[in-house]
Amino acid sequence: MNLEFDRIMPSLPYIMEGIPTTLKVVAVAAVIGFVLGILLSILKISRIKPLNWIADFYTSIFRGTPLVLQLMLIYFGSPQILGIQIEAFQAAFLAFGLNSAAYISEIIRGGILAVDKGQREAALALGVPYSGMMLNIILPQAIKNILPSLVNELISLTKESAVVTIIGLGDIMRRSYIVGGETYKFFEPILFAGLIYYVMVMILTILGKVIERRMRRSD
Amino acid sequence: MIKIDELKKNYGKLEVLKGISTEISQGEVVAIIGPSGSGKSTFLRCINMLENPSDGKISFKDQVITDKKTNIMKVRENVGMVFQHFHLFPHKTVLENLTYAPMKVKRLSKAEAVRQARELLAKVGLADKESSYPNRLSGGQKQRVAIARALAMNPEVMLFDEPTSALDPEMVKEVLEVMKSLAHTGMTMLIVTHEMGFAKEVADRVLFLDEGLLIEESAPDEFFSNPKSQRAKDFLEKVL
Repeated sequence: MNLEFDRIMPSLPYIMEGIPTTLKVVAVAAVIGFVLGILLSILKISRIKPLNWIADFYTSIFRGTPLVLQLMLIYFGSPQILGIQIEAFQAAFLAFGLNSAAYISEIIRGGILAVDKGQREAALALGVPYSGMMLNIILPQAIKNILPSLVNELISLTKESAVVTIIGLGDIMRRSYIVGGETYKFFEPILFAGLIYYVMVMILTILGKVIERRMRRSD
Repeated sequence: MIKIDELKKNYGKLEVLKGISTEISQGEVVAIIGPSGSGKSTFLRCINMLENPSDGKISFKDQVITDKKTNIMKVRENVGMVFQHFHLFPHKTVLENLTYAPMKVKRLSKAEAVRQARELLAKVGLADKESSYPNRLSGGQKQRVAIARALAMNPEVMLFDEPTSALDPEMVKEVLEVMKSLAHTGMTMLIVTHEMGFAKEVADRVLFLDEGLLIEESAPDEFFSNPKSQRAKDFLEKVL
């Protein structure tokens, strides 16, 4: 195997300039996914049946079709849906955020159901309203238990973000592919992109462990 | 203070409470005893509407709490509850367990809530544990914190649902002592318990429930020495 990294050396900074693009997509999508995921999970555990149906239907759509298809529908479909062509970034935020909300809502639902029901009763008996009980008592305990799954979701989001390449966003993946086209060497730049993704995932893994340790303080 | 009228509760076809009526006056300490499955816990949990009664009426100080229009959250602020399994908030310190509801529900300032919480912790003998997490405490300590947490809302009534049943035997006494001194302050208390000695010593009245019915209602001396019903006699024979 002959690797010729010296030929792509001048292009490495160009590939690395894609890191902020990837991070931006991941960060915004994670926030959308988390907030919407909490809302959906609360609909799912509601006693009002139609709310369950809405949330379950939402999840079935976003889990039942490929992410890359959702991204293309939102990006290429925006002129017909909204009457304007949205930017590639906005399409990426939406597609990844909405998609990850479907998965996160299932994770959080499981976490909420796993919290001892005595916690709910204790809060109610003290006169704490539903919103306070959820935000201050149930969710903090649920999130502590599901943290590994949430980190997992963030990691997949980071890697999956590579599909924004198809709508022309200059992320790590797209830039490495462009370098490949320019130098007629695809193996080295894509290998380099792989290294960047791997390092990012490792950083997330370590961050997750640090947060987990801090949250286990009360054990 | 509390008036219960023909209270019924069923789960599907299972009738847990078959029509219970009684009245509890201010400052009274009432022990609720009976065999397991007799409906005593369900009865207690109906009083703060943790269980929704199927039929009947409960009033708390002239307010009909079984009425759908009544804001039950407001009523619960005045009705403290202590559970068999404590249900402390595990992610909050002992002090935070005590200050959370007063700050959240009664909008007490943090300084005021902390001052009051420390006073209560001193009363239950746990002043040195305020920054511990519940997992660091023994069962008896947890239950004393749970009592203090309920008292932090300044309730007018305290409900105890088998407060010592989950405790190791050597920890029962410390919890009963706290409850005893609470009874001496004139607090209205309803206690579901298997501690017959405690019921005899502290209660003003004993309610004996069996199979969802209030079988007997009398002063503890009379109940324990001279039960009227055969069912109460059989029960006391088994437990004493």
